Amino acid sequence: MSERAPVPRESESANGRLDILAALKEAAIAAIVAFGLFALLIGIRTDQGPTGALVFTTRFGALAEIVAAVLVASLIRSLIWRRTKTFSIDRLVPGFVKAAASRVAVYAAAAFLVFALVVPIIFYGNRYLLDLGILIVTYTMLGFGLNIVVGLAGLLDLGYVAFYAVGAYSYALIAQNFGLSFWICLPLAGILAAFAGLLLGFPVLRLRGDYLAIVTLGFGEIIRLILLNWQGLTGGPNGISGIPRPSFFGLPFSSADNGFAATFGLHYSPTHRVVFLYYLILALALLTNWVTLRLRRLPIGRAWEALREDEIACRALGINTTNTKLTAFAMGAMFGGFAGAFFATRQGFISPESFTFAESALVLAIVVLGGMGSQLGVAVAATVMLGGFELFREFDQYRMLMFGAAMVAIVIYRPRGLVATRTPSVSLRERKDIAAAVVRNARTESAA
Amino acid sequence: MEYFVQQLINGITLGSIYGLIAIGYTMVYGIIGMINFAHGDIFMVGAFLALIAFLVLVALGVSSIPLALFIVLLISMALTALYGWTVERIAYRPLRHSFRLAPLISAIGMSIVLQNYVQVAQGARVKPLPPLVQGGYTLIEGNAFAVRLSNIQIIVVATTLILMAGFSFLVARTRLDRNMRACEQDLKMAALVGIDVDRTISLTFVIGAALAAVAGLMFLMYYGVVDFFIGFLAGVKAFTAAVLGGIGSLPGAMIGGILIGLIETMWSAYFSIEYKDVAAFAILIIVLIFLPTGILGRPEVEKV
Repeated sequence: MSERAPVPRESESANGRLDILAALKEAAIAAIVAFGLFALLIGIRTDQGPTGALVFTTRFGALAEIVAAVLVASLIRSLIWRRTKTFSIDRLVPGFVKAAASRVAVYAAAAFLVFALVVPIIFYGNRYLLDLGILIVTYTMLGFGLNIVVGLAGLLDLGYVAFYAVGAYSYALIAQNFGLSFWICLPLAGILAAFAGLLLGFPVLRLRGDYLAIVTLGFGEIIRLILLNWQGLTGGPNGISGIPRPSFFGLPFSSADNGFAATFGLHYSPTHRVVFLYYLILALALLTNWVTLRLRRLPIGRAWEALREDEIACRALGINTTNTKLTAFAMGAMFGGFAGAFFATRQGFISPESFTFAESALVLAIVVLGGMGSQLGVAVAATVMLGGFELFREFDQYRMLMFGAAMVAIVIYRPRGLVATRTPSVSLRERKDIAAAVVRNARTESAA
Repeated sequence: MEYFVQQLINGITLGSIYGLIAIGYTMVYGIIGMINFAHGDIFMVGAFLALIAFLVLVALGVSSIPLALFIVLLISMALTALYGWTVERIAYRPLRHSFRLAPLISAIGMSIVLQNYVQVAQGARVKPLPPLVQGGYTLIEGNAFAVRLSNIQIIVVATTLILMAGFSFLVARTRLDRNMRACEQDLKMAALVGIDVDRTISLTFVIGAALAAVAGLMFLMYYGVVDFFIGFLAGVKAFTAAVLGGIGSLPGAMIGGILIGLIETMWSAYFSIEYKDVAAFAILIIVLIFLPTGILGRPEVEKV
């Protein structure tokens, strides 16, 4: 809600002078706690020995390093960080930079879009970057879809990957069993995913906040377990392979005479397909973005935002919360289904392993990081996160650790998102400070 | 018949473990109205701490298994409680007055951190431990099937019952109990009448984590194998147990735990083992729809 109020700290005496002794004491306590936390789990490593029984090796050096790091960090925190009493990231940025940034920010979305459009031209020769681009745009699209549910309607959905999975499997099964083309399967996959969204929506209508989150999590797991165990339909853990690849409106990307390259008089290159896939997912993502922006201006979009801010007030105003929630779930699910169908056709192979809770958490993190409800924020967050994942590929095992830590840090220090802030689509022109303060107080009380 | 009795025993044992974890959920939910999403992973950390402590004790030459287990129990309870305290300090306390979803998101982040921290620190492979407690009793000698009650099952259920009794006393007859119930009613008002709210909430997390550590040790002894991912499923099932029993109610958590354990065991025994987790998730959804207050819960009054 608001910046955290400055709390008087133990390490500050009454006249504001820093008390080094208190800081040292605090640091010592932090170090002791860190030692307790890490002594067994870091200091001792268990492995299966040659006989199969567990043996352990000690790593006291690493333990000492971590405890020392905590000690130093705590001292820095007490002596330097807190000197600026209400620390916020905003303060680190000088005023003129912020002013310039806000002027640039107006064009940021346009610049970002233009960049996204020319990526295949700039990086035509670099297959790796093109694939990364496709991945980023796919997650941006998923982020847009989830943003409808979480960012706009304020319903925390931890099972979003279920709709992605439903879309992917729908596409794969329909395309394989009925031989329909991508452009017919895509809307079907979206519709089926939207039905899955309704299926989830009905039972959870009455639930709020945490209960809703845990039920959606359960729903996501149920879908994954069904995919895993319904061998006859989904192939179980082996998944579905040989999913038809997309064609350029009927022209396959092959070296044959009726292929895309031959028809347009080009030399055949496998990159054509990749570029086509890139523009395909970009178009889908932009469609999602456009629909979301339009929906926000419709009564239903306004109702979503009202629902997010206060459900009881929403009901008192005569908004049908049932329909509002169901449409949010269905819309979000539909776009997830589109993205899933795209995923299936790009990969040519899908299995339940691609649809675990970690994916849901990743998409949710993108939405949270981007500032819930902000479209540009989601795109930037997806780029930063997946780009970051690629950059730190060699630190593979620390990736998820950093990712979780980033999620915690962002919610604590930038609760409205790292990249952008969301504002309601409509608000009163005139700032009514008193009313806002009353509302804020009421909100904190009900939250507490 | 013998088969059924055997499943009943297995189900109650499993349910006791779920019940111990469920207490952590139910207490935290009762006091701050938030699901401690990282609680399942606290349980996992507890199991790992117990495993490592046991190995170290054996290496140090503690040869008596009961003594070793007792020391392991104390160590893992203390250290896991420290983890519970840290999670609250990092992921919950700064967000006490933030928007509604904030603590939930930070707790999900914390859960990811704990899982991957253990994976990085201890490796992704499963950790097997030879059975520490062997033997048992044959209760019914059927024609084709003998009902066995193993010593480990007795230990699990007995420990659970003793701890349940102890903690029920702790949160029903002491000063802590009054503070907790006051915080449950109204955090701000409780602070006004002189209750240290932060301390009370911290203690709630600490107690929950300590019980999760016991559950972790029981899990380790009962199944003999742990990995970094056990917290997720056990967490969801224990949460289901807490909801089924009525969130906020300690005996409810225990009853819910045993019911979930029984349902899961019976489902695996009579229907299909592949879908046993689906059954657990489905129960969660069904309970939340038709019996949102649970068996022993009080209806939640929605205040504007």
